Amino acid sequence: MKKTTNKKQGASASAVEKKRARWGWFFTAPFGIVFLIFLVIPLAYAFYVSLFTYTQVRGNAFTGLANYKRVITDPIFMQGMGRVILYTIVMVPIQLGLALIFALLLDSFKNKFASVSRLVIFLPYAIPGVIGALMWGFMYSKNMGPFTTVFQLFGLGTPAFLTSKGIFGALVNVVTWQWTGYYMVILYSALQSISPDLYESARLDGANEFKIATKIKIPMVSSSLVMVTIFSLIGTLQFYTEPTILRNQAPTAIPIEYTPNMYAQALAFDYNQTNYSATVSFALGLVVVIFSVIFMKLTKKQSGLGD
Amino acid sequence: MSTKNGKQSANSETINHIKGNPRIFTCVVLVLAILYFLLPIWWLIVASTKTNSGLFFGSHGSLWFDDKFNFFENIKQLTTYQDGIYWRWIANSFLYALVGGFGATAIAVMAGYGFSKFRFRGKNFYFNIVLGALMIPSTALVIPTFLLMSNIGMTNTIWAVLLPSLLNPMGVYLMRIYCAQSLPDEMIEAARVDGAGELRTFFQVSLPIMTPAITTVFLLSVVGAWNNFFLPQVVLSNPKLFPITVGLTQWQMKSQAGAASEQVWNLVTSGAFISIIPMVLAFLFLQRYWVGGLTAGSVKS
Repeated sequence: MKKTTNKKQGASASAVEKKRARWGWFFTAPFGIVFLIFLVIPLAYAFYVSLFTYTQVRGNAFTGLANYKRVITDPIFMQGMGRVILYTIVMVPIQLGLALIFALLLDSFKNKFASVSRLVIFLPYAIPGVIGALMWGFMYSKNMGPFTTVFQLFGLGTPAFLTSKGIFGALVNVVTWQWTGYYMVILYSALQSISPDLYESARLDGANEFKIATKIKIPMVSSSLVMVTIFSLIGTLQFYTEPTILRNQAPTAIPIEYTPNMYAQALAFDYNQTNYSATVSFALGLVVVIFSVIFMKLTKKQSGLGD
Repeated sequence: MSTKNGKQSANSETINHIKGNPRIFTCVVLVLAILYFLLPIWWLIVASTKTNSGLFFGSHGSLWFDDKFNFFENIKQLTTYQDGIYWRWIANSFLYALVGGFGATAIAVMAGYGFSKFRFRGKNFYFNIVLGALMIPSTALVIPTFLLMSNIGMTNTIWAVLLPSLLNPMGVYLMRIYCAQSLPDEMIEAARVDGAGELRTFFQVSLPIMTPAITTVFLLSVVGAWNNFFLPQVVLSNPKLFPITVGLTQWQMKSQAGAASEQVWNLVTSGAFISIIPMVLAFLFLQRYWVGGLTAGSVKS
């Protein structure tokens, strides 16, 4: 008697399970479909396309990994890749350093002025990257920008932002302006979630504000720091919008293949090399994923993303 | 031990010395930060009130208004230039941002809920792939998406911009975390015991609790779509379909091209200024949602 009810319950429980599983699929299916159509299939298609090479004589011929061999020995791609890696090395620490400093200052200095500052620093995030780059491009301009006047005051010429020498710093500045506030807000919110009791007891132990910041606050937000670093790493390696906009003003300083993304676009549209363009996109994606995975492995303890 | 203590106090003394009065130090840093972050915006406000020549030869430099206040004249010109295509670009941006953002949010909310509250075979594998997708750079998808779309003849339609913006793995990730933390299983169980179907439980019990997270995912999706540039620039060639980001750069390019073509610098600056107003206002009024949204998922519980 007892056994049968158990069995029955077991059977109905598994029916419920089955039903639940179906609902689980129901809720996640729309995303799965979008994911498939706009991520998996384009990537698979790009990979497929990258295995072919088009020539006038032979048409579209299967060439296996030849395009990948070409990409790793392609000086233009390698220069572009080197450039974005250099940008990453310079830009990520600047952005995150500033973001962290602002976040710590705002966290320890809570009043009206601080909340206004927070809003102002975050404001550039509300402005599209295109418009940000346009504005800075105008400001860098010798004819229209304010810097000519400012530097004349000190008897100096306008810094040549839009030359091949100045363009690196000019772009670093645009991106820093655009994104520091976003990272600052993430770090600031993480700081807010730390219990103030911790600071109290540290103060009782004689720690000053600087000590509290470096010994308590920063370690406590390390998981957010890791996340923010990954965001900015991925963002910088994909560098596209800002150099594309500034290129309109500085075509000699920014060649059309300045970054891998720009190169992929030029290949597809200006050089009509669809297959190779797909290869470059795919290779770039691969490099970004490899970088993020390495970074996540190195910081596994802090990130909390590993498990 | 004593040497160590001595060293420490010496250390903190120097730090205090460097910092001087910490409040003044903080104020100075923040004032400098405000100046830096507002500078281009101030420049744009001023520039939007100038004529084409005023931008170059303004009587009070580029950081102050010209004698001739041309803002309304510029707006008039925006409305007539190329048959007022500017306003069409703004409308397109709204369409792409709001419809795309709404769709992306609906899909992410469902998926986050599904991943968090149901058990089904393959779920972990499925979700891990989504997590992995967070690392695939969105711009690396642009050219592949374009190639695929041009193959099926879908480029140069609004769908070419709208549909890819439905993909938002970050939104799914945030929603899942939120559901796991703020939506108790017991509550859903109770609704089920009361005889509510899954859909009814979702709409009447779960959705209201998920509102804060939904708002933030929606806002983030809208910003993402509003700021989008690479994808529409690649998949669209018909100017009537451009969002404002692509449209303005075309004008910039045209003006830059120099003598042979028309210079519409004043339209670029006033157009850029008007285009940032909606998003900036949204930011100011919806502040707490942004902050909440950006934090979700960044803080380990």
